Amino acid sequence: MEFLKPPPVRRLDLEHAPEAREAPQRHDEHSNGNGNGNGSAPAGFTGARRRRIGAPQVSIPRMEIDHLSVAYDGKLAVKEVELPVRQGEVLALIGPSGCGKTTLLRSLNRLTELTRSASLSGRVTLDGVDIQSMEPTALRRRVTMVFQQPNPFPMSVFDNLAYVLREQGSRRGSRRALEAPVCEALERAGLFEEVKDDLSHPALRLSGGQQQRLCIARALVAKPEVLLLDEPCSALDPQSTEKIEELIVKLREDVAVVIVTHNLQQAYRVADYVGFMYLGDLVEYGGAKKVFGKPDQGRTRDYISGEFG
Amino acid sequence: MSTPVKYDAVESSAAWRFSDRIGLAFCWFLGLLFCAIAAAIVIYMLVKGIQYVRPELLTTSPTTGFTQAKTGGFLDPLIGTFIVAAIGIAIALPLGIAIAVWLSEFGRPFALARVVESTVEMIAGTPSIVLALFGTVIFSSTALAFLSRESGGVVFGRSFFAAGAMLSLVALPLVVSATREGLQAIPAHVREASYAVGKTKIATTRRILLPAARPSVATGAMLGLGRIIGDTAIIVVLLGALQNFEPTGSVFPFDYLQGAGSTLTNYVYSNAPTGELNNPQKAYAAAFVLLVLVLFLNAAVDVVHRRSRKAGSWNS
Repeated sequence: MEFLKPPPVRRLDLEHAPEAREAPQRHDEHSNGNGNGNGSAPAGFTGARRRRIGAPQVSIPRMEIDHLSVAYDGKLAVKEVELPVRQGEVLALIGPSGCGKTTLLRSLNRLTELTRSASLSGRVTLDGVDIQSMEPTALRRRVTMVFQQPNPFPMSVFDNLAYVLREQGSRRGSRRALEAPVCEALERAGLFEEVKDDLSHPALRLSGGQQQRLCIARALVAKPEVLLLDEPCSALDPQSTEKIEELIVKLREDVAVVIVTHNLQQAYRVADYVGFMYLGDLVEYGGAKKVFGKPDQGRTRDYISGEFG
Repeated sequence: MSTPVKYDAVESSAAWRFSDRIGLAFCWFLGLLFCAIAAAIVIYMLVKGIQYVRPELLTTSPTTGFTQAKTGGFLDPLIGTFIVAAIGIAIALPLGIAIAVWLSEFGRPFALARVVESTVEMIAGTPSIVLALFGTVIFSSTALAFLSRESGGVVFGRSFFAAGAMLSLVALPLVVSATREGLQAIPAHVREASYAVGKTKIATTRRILLPAARPSVATGAMLGLGRIIGDTAIIVVLLGALQNFEPTGSVFPFDYLQGAGSTLTNYVYSNAPTGELNNPQKAYAAAFVLLVLVLFLNAAVDVVHRRSRKAGSWNS
């Protein structure tokens, strides 16, 4: 049998190529990162502005993660992680792909249990109660989640939220009775103004950013204590991302927010506390300004400065 | 600066290798040939049929007569077709959806799921005449005498019930596979989003997954209906292949369902030029009606698909 040879790799001869030009000089503006009242921004974050009006007003401990380990088929994905989750603060989990941040997030509302190969050890408490002792459906109404891809249900905007409020599979609960909480949640998610004229609009025909804010509204309508966000902006354009980031910062007053993100700039913009994970370990945890400014660990510094990722 | 060269937006097959061009030509030839054959069948049957279709054929029952002018219409077979289609799909649809949901959403234990899967595939591959023969065994048993006619301790075993039940097996695999496909096309994160607001698996299936898969379910149901109304073997063996209804019993709708009867397929079969009754004009007219029914179902599948595309869907 004869196989085709792969085509030879073409290399550009830069020295002799007629159109090769010098790369434009970059003007890094390290000197004036002092424009937002939050102290000087660390190198690499000069463009990012922290979305803050002031320091968090409250800080109420909600969840406590205590020596949590998660394994898939015996292979550890999260190793002995300890973290507090507090209302009034945004906790961002950062780290390279496959470092266990999403797994950690999903174990907070026991979504990991849906994966058959997953096994768990350690303890997670919600307001002092071990979540393993709770009914999963009850837990997931108190610790809700927004996913990477916008995933509204194939029904109207109104029904997307009413579905959460209604008893399991039932259709009971008239539109009028559910209207108040639904509108309130839409308002909190900053979507009400855009959809108020037509609440029966099919949710899948909204724009991507609107869909994601609808998903946030859906996660808020059950009045949860903790809101988990799994890279909520990675499928969105910059404008929608900005809206959602502002929303996240606003929401932290009445709900504890945990956000997983790949985007370091985003973590810097929204987080009060940052946990850096690497290969399942929580390498560093601390205030956002400290982790991004003067991290304790060498690995954190390397990751943040872009040495690896 | 060099002047920009204009390229055609589409690659031309003139630049292909000779053997590739022969292959392409062969594909074109086969495709066109197939279209021509399909068009020939449909157009011939429609043209031939439309010459003989008269409105009164649809409203008169078949009668016996020596000339084609005196053999009546095919009202009974037409209604019979609708009856077996209704019974068949009424059984196949809920059963098929249930099997598909179990296979796609639960499917535990794994071994049992594989067995169910291959069973459904086996039924799909079984010739309907074999299903019909098996049906005679079941419906002739005394326990099921209430579904057909019984006289002197002998169960007749031929009725709309019997034929409809066996025909549902013809439609079942189509409903199962279409529903499964529809369910599996829903991204996993949509299910998780529903679990993540505290919904159970059952609630998620009922309120999110099945409504989202509805276009696929409808497609499966309509393909199944097409197979049911086109089947002849089961009708001949399990419905008696008569011309008229032969009700038995006394309670109104059930006397017809318990009795033997006919559908358009067996009407065409026995009135074809080679059939025992030999009324070719009637056969062509009935075949025309049958063809129109099937084409209508195909068009309906198309409409459902187009509408579902308009409703939007998720990124996976």
